[in-house]
Amino acid sequence: MNEQANGPTATLAKPGSAPLTRDKGPVAVPVSPGRVRRSRFGKPKPGTWAGAAFVAPLVAYLILFYAYPLYENVAMSLHRFTRATFVTGQAPYVGLSIYHEIIASPLFWPTVRQTATFVVVSLVFQYGLGLGLAVFFQRSFPLSGVLRGLFLVPWLLPIIVSATTWQWMMDAESGVVNRLLHVFGVDPVWWLNNEHSLWAVIIANIWLGIPFNLVILYSGLQNIPAELYEAAAIDGAGPWRTFWSITFPMLRPVTAVTLLLGFVYTLKVVDVIWIMTTGTGKSQTLATWAYSMAFGKGSSAVIKYSEASAVGSILLLIALAMGFVYLGVQRRQEV
Amino acid sequence: MQRVRRTWSRTTIGLVLTGLMLFPLYWMVNVSLTRREAIRSGELYPKAFTLDHYRVVLHDQLPYLRTSLLVGIGTVVLTLVVAAPAGYALSKLLVPGRRVLSFLLIVAQMVPAVVMALGFYTVYTNLGILDTVPGLILADSTLAVPFAVMLFTAFMNTIPQDILQAAQIDGASSWRTFISIVLPIARNSAVTVSLFTFLWAWSDFLFASTLNRDGGKFRPITMGLYDYIGSQNQQWGELMATAVLASIPTAILLVVAQRFVAAGLTAGAVKD
Repeated sequence: MNEQANGPTATLAKPGSAPLTRDKGPVAVPVSPGRVRRSRFGKPKPGTWAGAAFVAPLVAYLILFYAYPLYENVAMSLHRFTRATFVTGQAPYVGLSIYHEIIASPLFWPTVRQTATFVVVSLVFQYGLGLGLAVFFQRSFPLSGVLRGLFLVPWLLPIIVSATTWQWMMDAESGVVNRLLHVFGVDPVWWLNNEHSLWAVIIANIWLGIPFNLVILYSGLQNIPAELYEAAAIDGAGPWRTFWSITFPMLRPVTAVTLLLGFVYTLKVVDVIWIMTTGTGKSQTLATWAYSMAFGKGSSAVIKYSEASAVGSILLLIALAMGFVYLGVQRRQEV
Repeated sequence: MQRVRRTWSRTTIGLVLTGLMLFPLYWMVNVSLTRREAIRSGELYPKAFTLDHYRVVLHDQLPYLRTSLLVGIGTVVLTLVVAAPAGYALSKLLVPGRRVLSFLLIVAQMVPAVVMALGFYTVYTNLGILDTVPGLILADSTLAVPFAVMLFTAFMNTIPQDILQAAQIDGASSWRTFISIVLPIARNSAVTVSLFTFLWAWSDFLFASTLNRDGGKFRPITMGLYDYIGSQNQQWGELMATAVLASIPTAILLVVAQRFVAAGLTAGAVKD
């Protein structure tokens, strides 16, 4: 019960006793499960009233700033909103017909395909490169702490900063990427035009996601008992063998969490794509589609509130489903 | 001897990899220091050196920087006020519906920001707080509150129950215990929460571009930067100089407050 209260932080607390957090890590400290129970079955000194009072601001907050806007969003997808609605206040209830229109739209399936490509390719490379780096940093060497810290910089920078820089680097005529390709005899690529924009944003997004994967996987690695590696060394296992028979299997729970969270976060990406290409051409995903229809920019010149919120609601449903999956994964790992 | 050489070769590889990873940032600084007419030639270092872009940008972007600072601080205060008591309740008090609440906090972090922005847009239009700083603060706080509650809960869980019981025997109320015992002990986690909250509010583009589009000078630095991108004749020198300015909080955070960053990063696993 106590574990549940802590949510993902508690789950990650297990793999999380990495040197990164060793000196001071609220999340890294294991939670003693007896504590709450004592206050429940012993003398329940701090009464339920106090608990309710202290949590009340949060509940009010969640209702006002999550439930209410989300309700408005869903309501908008069931009524036909137009720009005029805000003046006249008229938006007839139309049931699910906006959802039907969205799915029947010629843009829907291509956008779903592009979203899938964006998410899957991003995840595969973010995870692969993150894991490679985590293993590389697993044994400490001179400067390893500093370098690992520097690897996190892209994560902490405002995304608009990174995205703008990538946009310039991928400039067709004077971008440094094409210049590098030229050295290898590759013709310049029009990275940001409709045809190639999906790959351009995927590359930038992989770069952005590496630190997140590195941090979680690295802390996962720190939790693999050293004896396993010693035993493997005694048995004469090489690094390759050791990785596949110890490191990778032992990381499975951490991998599940990393990929699950990565999936959710990648699905909702708007800013990288928007800043680099305004979601035009092949780089349109469900999230940027919703954004462009909501505010009449990019691929949708006209404001379409209802259609935008319908796409948004689809994303919301996926997020909710993932929340349940996450809960399931978490519970299984606690057993 | 052999061993020493091997660890240093790892350091060399590490330096190369870090260099590759951070190359885009180097490129940003490089362009920001290059004279306008030389930018397109793409020299590997600022051969045609100038500080003019910074001069222009510092002048133009000052109001935006001020707004961002204001929004960041406001978001931090709001987040702390909501999250710290909730963390105390969830870790130390009996809370009805605790499981549901914990689940909602997880889901809250998974909700796409586009969806939130759309909902807020409608709500704000009705309330008449579109294009205002308080409106942006409220919206930005949703980026941080669930994370903050979970971090506080996890940390406050580690405070020994004995200390709190001793206070109660002395007749302290829950409020008193929270203010004079729990909060001082949880000071470090409050710093971690504040740092990350500030950074997220500072970096936010999505809410700013939807809820504060027409706020004029009362728009944050991300919008100041976006203005340059949107302009017809993209001025990359100024753009990159603004980007460097917008990165300052990140740099400060990494240099000054690294141990707090480290504490938050694992918890940051629940955040993008």
